[in-house]
Amino acid sequence: MALINLKTPIEEAQVRKLHIGDHITISGTIFTARDEAHLRALQFARDNRPLPFATQGNVLYHCGPVARQIDSGWEVLSAGPTTSTRLEKFEAEFIKSFGITVIIGKGGMLEQTQEALKEYGAVYCNFTGGAGVIAANFIEKVEQVIWLDLGIPEAVWVFKVKEFGPLLVAIDTYKNSIFDNVQKHVVARKDILLKELEADK
Amino acid sequence: MDLLETLEKVTFKLLELAATALPKKVEAQLNRVIQEEKSEIGENQLAIIAKNIQSAKILKRPLCQDTGLISFFIQSRNNFPNPSQVRNILVKVTKKATQAIPLRPNAINFFEGNTGTNVGELIPWIYWTDRSDSTFEITVQLKGGGSSNISRLYMLNPTEGIKGIKKAIIEAVASAGSRGCPPYTIGIGLGGTEDVAMLLAKKALLIPPDQRNSRKEFAEIELDLIQTLNTLGIGIMGLGYGPSVLDVHIMQAARHPASLPVGISFSCWALRYATARITEDKIEYITHEG
Repeated sequence: MALINLKTPIEEAQVRKLHIGDHITISGTIFTARDEAHLRALQFARDNRPLPFATQGNVLYHCGPVARQIDSGWEVLSAGPTTSTRLEKFEAEFIKSFGITVIIGKGGMLEQTQEALKEYGAVYCNFTGGAGVIAANFIEKVEQVIWLDLGIPEAVWVFKVKEFGPLLVAIDTYKNSIFDNVQKHVVARKDILLKELEADK
Repeated sequence: MDLLETLEKVTFKLLELAATALPKKVEAQLNRVIQEEKSEIGENQLAIIAKNIQSAKILKRPLCQDTGLISFFIQSRNNFPNPSQVRNILVKVTKKATQAIPLRPNAINFFEGNTGTNVGELIPWIYWTDRSDSTFEITVQLKGGGSSNISRLYMLNPTEGIKGIKKAIIEAVASAGSRGCPPYTIGIGLGGTEDVAMLLAKKALLIPPDQRNSRKEFAEIELDLIQTLNTLGIGIMGLGYGPSVLDVHIMQAARHPASLPVGISFSCWALRYATARITEDKIEYITHEG
């Protein structure tokens, strides 16, 4: 498996070179946002208020970690990806508003996001769901945590990561999606199975 | 021994076991898949999964960050000890374990938000069932939101029969696709009323891997579904390679003449639960020992 190692900030030109099936790692600064953080961040953007955290790495991670406070700050113990489709209705605007070039999550995203990935130049990468301890091992430091009033899972966590990966490029800037390809096959197979059952007296 | 005192220690241990280590038989079933997988993408995903299981166990950290909305299943004779005392203990231990292990605080009260403790209105949820002997058995189930969100309830027309049941399950699994961290274990609750079907579906996830329904007819349906659902091609993490389904378990109840409820509960590959059996002279962690 050939690995492409990227450092933040990751720029549009770099991700336009990536294709589905590529494996990358990311080093640098990434931030998390789930449902509530998406809502709030987008409200900031609509109100023309600057976000109270750094998005400059341009990497968004769909994740709500297990973390605990220690003397020197926060320790993250488990931090795998959450299901990305929940963010589908916010993501196109989010990419546009904050200049996101890489999204890390699991399970893929749909048409509207794929269109935004193409238009603004960003890729969607899959990390193995449930692999929380492995994902946490790539985090060197919690640089910032903000909006803790939303609770630990929904807060925004800014992580310094080292060679986070392998991340599988699952949707590229050409509207190719591994998940769509698989799901097309799944639906076709399902239709055959249902027909067979129907014919079976 | 004093059961209430014992229960406090045992419940903490169960929460820790469930969050950080898969039940022995679940891990063994997953290991077989890991050894058999030949595709590059499948192997890559499984290598990360295998490493994660080992790291979590050694470091005693939650193997998945989503440690679920906590529920307990209790079996005891004549509601002994007093259920409200038991609830107080489980609530206390849930708060303590959330801090100490730690678990991710996942209980969100409407309007107030995250309680920070995994204790919220009616949560942790506690199921009681009666038991004829004096053994006290307690199970903790940690089920993530991703796999809960794809669960389904179908209220079929009874004349749709077994064929209708199979069709509903195939529909549900195909529509779940990549979203709940496959390969899945699927719990099916048949019959009863709508609530009973869903409860049975969730309980069916606690049946040991590879254990078949004691009724031959249902055992055959389970085997048929495992085989059929694996031809859908969802694959590990929904990437199209390797198994889509690890196991299917059916639990059934009698139904109303007008109803055929089919409850479908999914577990991600990280099927997490832990059970302890407490008797006069010993405590056994039956899912994680031996």
